[in-house]
Amino acid sequence: MLILKTLTRAPLHGYGIAQSIKRLSDDVLTVEEGSLYPALQRLLLQGWVKAEWKKTETNRRARYYTLTPAGRKQLGEEVSQFELMISAIGRVMQSA
Amino acid sequence: MAMKWLLHFMRKLHLLIHREKFHSDLEEEMEFHREQSERELRAEGMPAEEARHAARRQFGNDLRLREQSHDTVAFWFEGMLQDFRFALRQLRKNPGFALTAILILTFGIGASVAILGFVDAALIKPLPYKDPNRLVVLFESIPLGLRFHLSYPDYLDWKRENKVFQSLDVYAPYGFMLTDRDGTHQAAGARVSDGFFRTLGVAPVLGRDFRSGEDRKNAPRTVLLSYSAWQRLFGGRKDVLGQTVVLDGHPNTIIGVLPSSFHFAPAEPADFWTTTQSEISDCRGCHGLYGVARLKDGISFQAAFADIKQIADQLARQYPDSNRDQKAYMLPMTEVIVGDIRPVLLVLLCGAGLLLLIATVNVASLLLVRSESRRREIAVRGALGASRARLMRQFVTEGLVLVATGSALGIAAAYAGMQFFAHAIPKDMMASMPYLHGIGLNFRVFVFACGISLMAGLLFSLTPALRLSWSDMREGLADGGRSHAGTMWRRFGSNLVVIELTTAMVLLVGAGLLGKSFYRLLHVDIGLQPDHLAMLTIGATTDSYKTDEQKISLERQIVSRISALPGVKSVGLSTTLPIGDGDGTAGFRVVGRPYHGEHMEVAIRKVSSGYFTTLQSQLLRGRYFAEDEDKSKPEVVIISETMAKQYFPGENPIGKQIAFDINKPKEYLQIVGIVKDLQEGQLDAAPRGAMYVPYNQGPDNFFSIVVRTSQSEDAILPALTSIVHQIDPSIATYGASTMAERIHDSPSAYLHRSAAWLVGGFAGLALLLGVVGLYGVIAYSVSQRTREIGVRMALGAQRGSVYRLILREAGRLTIIGIVAGLVVSMAATTLMRKLLFGVGMWDVPTLIAVAVVLGGCALLASYLPARRAASVNPVEALRAE
Repeated sequence: MLILKTLTRAPLHGYGIAQSIKRLSDDVLTVEEGSLYPALQRLLLQGWVKAEWKKTETNRRARYYTLTPAGRKQLGEEVSQFELMISAIGRVMQSA
Repeated sequence: MAMKWLLHFMRKLHLLIHREKFHSDLEEEMEFHREQSERELRAEGMPAEEARHAARRQFGNDLRLREQSHDTVAFWFEGMLQDFRFALRQLRKNPGFALTAILILTFGIGASVAILGFVDAALIKPLPYKDPNRLVVLFESIPLGLRFHLSYPDYLDWKRENKVFQSLDVYAPYGFMLTDRDGTHQAAGARVSDGFFRTLGVAPVLGRDFRSGEDRKNAPRTVLLSYSAWQRLFGGRKDVLGQTVVLDGHPNTIIGVLPSSFHFAPAEPADFWTTTQSEISDCRGCHGLYGVARLKDGISFQAAFADIKQIADQLARQYPDSNRDQKAYMLPMTEVIVGDIRPVLLVLLCGAGLLLLIATVNVASLLLVRSESRRREIAVRGALGASRARLMRQFVTEGLVLVATGSALGIAAAYAGMQFFAHAIPKDMMASMPYLHGIGLNFRVFVFACGISLMAGLLFSLTPALRLSWSDMREGLADGGRSHAGTMWRRFGSNLVVIELTTAMVLLVGAGLLGKSFYRLLHVDIGLQPDHLAMLTIGATTDSYKTDEQKISLERQIVSRISALPGVKSVGLSTTLPIGDGDGTAGFRVVGRPYHGEHMEVAIRKVSSGYFTTLQSQLLRGRYFAEDEDKSKPEVVIISETMAKQYFPGENPIGKQIAFDINKPKEYLQIVGIVKDLQEGQLDAAPRGAMYVPYNQGPDNFFSIVVRTSQSEDAILPALTSIVHQIDPSIATYGASTMAERIHDSPSAYLHRSAAWLVGGFAGLALLLGVVGLYGVIAYSVSQRTREIGVRMALGAQRGSVYRLILREAGRLTIIGIVAGLVVSMAATTLMRKLLFGVGMWDVPTLIAVAVVLGGCALLASYLPARRAASVNPVEALRAE
């Protein structure tokens, strides 16, 4: 979900995805960075993202991932699921 | 959904084809990532070297991540294929291990599947009748035994009086004389009452069944063909219906063909099935029929048995002359057909199961030994990032490769074994077990085979996998070496080996005793010299041989023509050959001795004057017959030693008279000689009385010629047949064989031979398995004690003492196994006492020989690991720390 979310704004390469997750979460969600890659392969396979090789600002070759319409839909579903759960948890916490 | 799945699949397929690119892309991408974070860190002021390490640490295990990515996109079978290739490489690297394991599995699976094939054919596959469980076979029992024939009038009474059977019919196995274009031959068949096939619930595949009433006297003669006779003799043509076959000189109309699946073991082999009209008689003492009946619904076997018993008792009271002591006896059909073979098969099945179990456990133990020696490899692979599941999968794959190979070979071996055994069974014997025809790998057997392979596979993949989880991997790297699990396994393995050796010992003792019995059986004194004897049986049924004179002249002609053959020393004949079923008996009385209804019955044979001299039997008293003793001379008889002892104890029987009918003084027979027992029955049968009367005083249409020759007895057989046919082509000849063959093929010899071979085969396998098991345990122990041995040798122990150390361990197990085996043998030999002949249950030479063989093999098996132990280089062993 997080990967898909970071890609809604613009296509990013793997390092960019990792950085943006780290930055946006204020360093709370720093996982083993490499574990991003198996996950990306799965998303590719599902057809939620697509990948193409492009030049970076520093003129290096990097693989950029773009969200596909299917991926956008999937993100929507996951987000609403997540919000449903968060609000449920929230209600439970408040009632206590 | 399907669309989505297809897309998914296509992407996978695409990645599979461009696997190289996938990996290089991933590699580049990850490298880029690391470089980026390294640069970032350096920009924060971290030294270059440190930054690189930090970036790598942050990234995680490169190899594992790549593998995970690969697993995400790979097809499930790719990993397996890889494991499979690796497994093959591993096994090829260690062919000794692979071969041993596969060989053991092949034997274990092969033996049990083959035996299951027989068990299935004989015991599981239902008999080809309707509701076979409701069918029974009826006999008349007399003091001589339980399963005797019933007479025609008794059959009618049983059929009429009983209230328990839906139907009751009779059958009689019968040898027909079939006359066709090529002359007259013997043809196997049976006579049955008209409702026989309806009682069994069998309908012809072609034509019709016997109609009710077709078994009455003077009804038109009709015949049903067996399916194989239809194929063999009539080419399977449909127009056989209505054709005639000449049986015993009478034309019979073919009315139908029986199904190919039909068999009826008690009368097999049978090509021609006619009605019982020739069996009709009102003689209650003439027995020739067996009953078959179907129980009425709701009637139990016991109730039916009681009813029929009561009818027989009633008949015995009504007709005391003929039916005294004749009781009814009844058995379920399945019991009659497979009752004899069932216990044999079940014992074999247990044996095979035991072998299979030992075989699998042995292979598992070999696998453990191997996994022990691969601990370092496993630890290294684990350290390099292979997950535990991944390592286990590797072991599972290796186990499965072994099992798959072993199973495939085992099933092939089982098939070959079944064919071999089916062919090894003599033809006559096979004919009496028609249910074994077409034995092979059917669906049930195949499912069983797959089942045991699966279990074996499970066991083999679990053992090393469990071992893997027992031992800590780090321990493997350090090669500390002697975990608790290892010790546990050693103890368990040792116990197992003792059990294996015990089993092998018991089976070897059994095989030894049976082998010796078989040898004794073949060398038992049967009262004749079996070498250089050729035999031929003759049936002269045509009208040219009606009178006694004609029969005698035929006999004389045959004897004189055969005597003229080169090499022939003497010729004799008898109505029944020795080493048969010992049947063909007659009741008699001793003239002048008070009679109180005693049962006096012995075997009777009509023999020529040259018979005894040809067999080289031994005359104990009196004389043999003279050639001219025919009807014109007083009737005489020669009795056997046993008959003399049994009926004339303490007397000289010579000159005494016996009678078949005490009311006909003219037909009294005078005893003129006593001959040493000829074995009329089977080789292992207890001696039974027999009497011999001159052929010329009561000639017969059927007789067997016995020829003693100075040349090869085999070579003379064709000449015998052709001489008989030169005399009269219409005479049927059969059973041309030598006495040696007759003895070799006799059921008792066959029984003992096959018992000896079977138990021998099992013993051989058990020995092999036991020895391999011992090897496994000792090798394991050596592998665990390498360090200890190294230390010992470094401290100055000689190679000899290392040998002693290892061999002592093996010797202890072997001796325990042998001693336990001896004890268990005691019980086992008691069980097979019946199969022993001329050998005591405690045959010391056999026991010693078996112990020596087992000990020798065990020594050999432990020598190999002992040598390895002794050749341990102490420096290396210690450096391995």
